Amino acid sequence: MSKLPDDLKYAKSHEWTKLEDNQIVRVGITDFAQDELGDLVYIELPKVGQRVSAGKQCAVVESVKTASDLYSPVDGEVVEINEALTDEPERVNEDCYDSWLFCIKADNPSQLNQLMNSDEYEAMISD
Amino acid sequence: MSLNKTALFELHLELGAKMVVFADYQMPISYPTGIIKEHLHTRTYAGFFDISHMGQVSAKGKQFAVELEKLAPSSFLNLQVSRQRYTLLTNDQGGIIDDLIVSHIGDDNWILVVNAACKQQDYRYFEQRISESCLIELLEDQALFALQGPLAATVIQKLLTKGCSAIPFMATAQVAIAEIPCRISRCGYTGEDGYEISVANQYAEKLARILLAQEYVAPVGLGARDSLRLEAGLCLYGHDIDVTTTPVEADLGWVVARKYLPPDGKQPEFPGAQKIIAELQSEPTRRRVGILPLGRMPVREGVELFNQKDELVGNVTSGGYSPCIGSPIAMAYVANDNCNEGTELTALVRDRHVPVKVVSMPFIPHRYFQS
Repeated sequence: MSKLPDDLKYAKSHEWTKLEDNQIVRVGITDFAQDELGDLVYIELPKVGQRVSAGKQCAVVESVKTASDLYSPVDGEVVEINEALTDEPERVNEDCYDSWLFCIKADNPSQLNQLMNSDEYEAMISD
Repeated sequence: MSLNKTALFELHLELGAKMVVFADYQMPISYPTGIIKEHLHTRTYAGFFDISHMGQVSAKGKQFAVELEKLAPSSFLNLQVSRQRYTLLTNDQGGIIDDLIVSHIGDDNWILVVNAACKQQDYRYFEQRISESCLIELLEDQALFALQGPLAATVIQKLLTKGCSAIPFMATAQVAIAEIPCRISRCGYTGEDGYEISVANQYAEKLARILLAQEYVAPVGLGARDSLRLEAGLCLYGHDIDVTTTPVEADLGWVVARKYLPPDGKQPEFPGAQKIIAELQSEPTRRRVGILPLGRMPVREGVELFNQKDELVGNVTSGGYSPCIGSPIAMAYVANDNCNEGTELTALVRDRHVPVKVVSMPFIPHRYFQS
């Protein structure tokens, strides 16, 4: 497995998050998650403008075998979604750090401090 | 309870398989190429499957065919040596205890291949219901592989050192592959031409390595086995058929021997015969049909189906994604008045109604060998 990007924060539920300008948090799924799920065939993204809450389900990724919920890492509002994934969910398998799923304008970006850094996440998935 | 391993356990790990527990066995769900590529490889070339978790039961005795006809609706008295037949074990309510393939391998000599999750129960059932004049044995030291796909026959033919691979669909023969004695049967669970290969555990890994070393052969896990059989419209026991479904509801009424139907009307002795034969001659209240979701969202097992009046009319029993069609597919039981091909229904997925259509199966035409 490739080395984990160290500029991201990681959730226990295997989302990666990246804090950008203007309190925008970009969210995707980790390489570990895409590998565990296998070939993705469907992604249900949240709607732009939708309110989301930290730790609450806000999207679904489906592989050939199974459906898996994704959780918002922060409270906030969805401001952008990666619509290209609707027709080509397999892009997440091909490059999961480039193929982000959605962006949230966070009410309080410090909520990301609750998440793991790359070393901590690496330790969790190697257990 | 400890988990069982097949003779290929170490080989699966060596090949980088992702392992899962299925019917108390540690089995490969996929290899590093992934389910979709394994699926397409099987439809294009030849896929190698370890299916040693399945039960292989030996039955020997002059009376076995007569006695098996008291447990299953097919005819076995007319099954020639070297031929096999798909059948069902039924219960007194007309439900399905298991589905299986019965092979007549020699005079008074039979092999039954039953589902992994049912094998202990089936074995005990045979012991109770088949008389002591027959010897019933669960073959625990025997591995089972499948080699499936349009190039499977070419691969086997090249490796044979004894016997013939040019056998008809649903026939079986004792052969040697690269000097290893084994039994090949021209059947499978993918809708493609191919073989199931029964070999002693002591030779299993050697034979697997020889097959996997052939051009066009790649290992395929249970994940693609499931998507392949779903495209082929084949039932998975415990999901699409079980003790609550009858053969006719399951669209498997063709397993009932013709001799039990008019004009012959021979008195059947298999459990549930009265109900099953009555259903064959009228209509069951529901039927197993194909479901094509019209969007991209998979419609999976357990999802409820509704008609245009928003009445609950069915339940999905298997659902997933078809790599060959590039869309989700499913099978379901649907009430009789809503199960015609082309009927538009909705599926309730995550509190949303998504449009689906009743379609005929298989989703992908079968390409069994025709001699």
